[in-house]
Amino acid sequence: MEKQPLEQLTKISSQVRRDILRMVHAVQSGHPGASLGCTEFFVALYFNQMKHDNKFNMDGANEDLFFLSNGHISPVWYSVLARSGYFSAEEMKTFRKLDSRLQGHPATEEGLPGIRIASGSLGQGLSVATGAAQAKKINGDDRTVYVLMGDGEQQEGQVWEAAMYAAHHKVDNLIATIDFNRQQIDGPTKEVMDLQDLKAKWVAFGWEVIETKQGNDMASVLEGLEKAKALTGKGKPVLNLLHTEMGFGVDFMVGTHKWHGIAPSDEQLANALGQLEETLGDY
Amino acid sequence: MDKTLDLKFTYTEKKDTRSGFGDGLLEAGRKNPNVVGLCADLIGSLKMGAFQKEFPERFFQVGIAEANMIGLAAGMTINGKIPFTGTFANFSTGRVYDQIRQSVAYSDKNVKICASHAGLTLGEDGATHQILEDVGMMKMLPHMTVINPCDYNQTKAATMAIAEYEGPVYLRFGRPSWPIFTPADQKFEIGKAWKMIEGKDVTIFATGHLVWEAVVAEAMLREEGISAEVINIHTIKPLDEEAIIESVKKTGCAVSAEEHQLNGGLGDSIAQTLIRNNPAPLEYVGVNDSFGESGTPTELMEKYGLNAENIVKAAKAAIARK
Repeated sequence: MEKQPLEQLTKISSQVRRDILRMVHAVQSGHPGASLGCTEFFVALYFNQMKHDNKFNMDGANEDLFFLSNGHISPVWYSVLARSGYFSAEEMKTFRKLDSRLQGHPATEEGLPGIRIASGSLGQGLSVATGAAQAKKINGDDRTVYVLMGDGEQQEGQVWEAAMYAAHHKVDNLIATIDFNRQQIDGPTKEVMDLQDLKAKWVAFGWEVIETKQGNDMASVLEGLEKAKALTGKGKPVLNLLHTEMGFGVDFMVGTHKWHGIAPSDEQLANALGQLEETLGDY
Repeated sequence: MDKTLDLKFTYTEKKDTRSGFGDGLLEAGRKNPNVVGLCADLIGSLKMGAFQKEFPERFFQVGIAEANMIGLAAGMTINGKIPFTGTFANFSTGRVYDQIRQSVAYSDKNVKICASHAGLTLGEDGATHQILEDVGMMKMLPHMTVINPCDYNQTKAATMAIAEYEGPVYLRFGRPSWPIFTPADQKFEIGKAWKMIEGKDVTIFATGHLVWEAVVAEAMLREEGISAEVINIHTIKPLDEEAIIESVKKTGCAVSAEEHQLNGGLGDSIAQTLIRNNPAPLEYVGVNDSFGESGTPTELMEKYGLNAENIVKAAKAAIARK
C-alpha cells in the first residue's frame, strides 16, 4: 500500500467514522464508541505505517501484521480493511447479519481477508501477536507485528503473562498499543477496576513505553507510531499508550462509556453523519 | 496375572507414553524445520529436553503461563510454524479452554496441544492433576482432532503423524511406565481405528492405556470361551464410525474402555454412532462422575473400575443384553 499524506489520512478518517456509524445503525448492534475513538490509529496504521498487501496472505511473510485483541471494535477494522481494498466496501452492508463474513467479532472461519485470528474474548491478542513476532524472528523476517488492546482489557491476567514473556524473550519487533480511553462497559475504569499507573506497570514489566497523548489527532498518532517503530529492534518490546476519547468525532457520543455497545437511532445517525464529511463515498 | 494368559500381544519392555511423545517430537523436528516446541515449565515431565537441546532456537520456555502459551502457539502458526505445546493435560485443556476455543479451534490454527499426565494413572499427585474431562472438552470443539495413543510406540508414531497433518490437534498421553505392545514401525493413520484382535461375540473399543487392559481382557474372556474383538480407537475425533458399525454388526454388542469420565468420553461417541446407525447393547468402562485421588496407578485403576477385570465384567454384561 502507498503511504498516504496527513491531509488524506484525515479525510479517510471521516469516511471510516461514517462507515462505523452506518454499519452499527443498519443492524442496530455493535460497538461504535471505541471504534470511533481508535479511528485515527487504524487509519494511520493501514494507510501510512504498515507494509501490507491487500491481496491477503494468511502467513503475511515480509509484511507488517496487525492483530486486534479487543475484537468488539470490529467496525473500525472492517471499514479500514474495506477502504484499503481487502474486500469491497459494499460488503459492509452485511455486518453482523446472517451468512456474513463480517461477524460481530472478527473471525477467520468465514475467510474474511485481513483477519488472521478470531478475537472477542479479551486478553488473548498480545499472546498471539508475540507468537507471530517471534516466528518472524525465526524466519529472518524483519517486519513488525502490531497489536491493539483495550484499557479495560488490562484487567485480564493473560495480558501480563504475555507482557512478561515478550520482555524475557526480547521480542523487540512487537508494538503493542493500548486504547487508553479510561472507559469500559460498566463505567469509567477508575470506578470499575482502577488500572492505577499503567505506564509504570509496563515499564516494570521490562517494556519500552511511549505515550501518545492525543490519540485523536492524526499528526500525533503518526508521530507516536514513528517513535514506537524507531524503538523496535533494541532488545525490548514496545508499548504505545494511546490516549483516546471514546466516541470521538460525534459530539453527543464523545467521552462517555454509554456508547460502548449501543447503536444510534435514525435521528441520531442523521445528526452524527451531519458532523462527518463523506470523503470516499458511502457504501 | 497377565503372565499366565495366552495374550495376542505381548511386551518385553515398559515405558511411559510421554517418552514416546518426546522422542516423536525430536524426530518430527529433524524432519521438518517448521516444527517448534513450547513448554510451560515442565520440560522434564514432558520429555521435551532432547528437542530443546537439539533445536534451542526452535524451543520456547513459557514459564508457568499456559494461557499465554496457547496464544503464542496460535500466533506462530501464522508464519508457517508448527507449534507443539507441552504441559500436563489438566493445564492443557481446562485451564486454557477459552484460549484454545478462540485462538486455536475457531481460528483453525495448526497447533498441536500435547498433554501428559492425563487420567488417573498420574497417580500420587491426586485429583487436582488427574484430569478426566479433557477428551470431552476437546472433542466438543469444531475443527479439533483428538488422539489418545496406547503405548510408547504408538505415541511416538502419533506425534510424528500430527506434525504432517494440517489443523489443530489434541494429543493425550500419560505418566506411568506401560507395556510396549504395538510395533515400533507402525504407520499411524489419524482417524483410522485399528482392529488388533478379531472376535465374534463382543467388541471392545479401547483408547489410551486401556487398550492394554483390553488386550488382557480378551485373553481372559477367551479362557472362558468368549470371543472378543479388540479395536484400538487411538483417534477419538474424527471417530472411525465405519469400523465401529462394521464390527458391532458382526458381534452384536460392545464395551467402551477409557481412562476418562463416562460423560463426554469415547463411550459417548460410540453410543452416538451406534444409536444412529446400528443400535446394540453397549457397556462402559470409565470413571463414573467422580474425581480421582492419590494412589498408585494400579490401585487407582482397580478402585475406579478401569482394569481388565472390569472390561471382562462389562463384556459379559453386554453379551447378556443381546
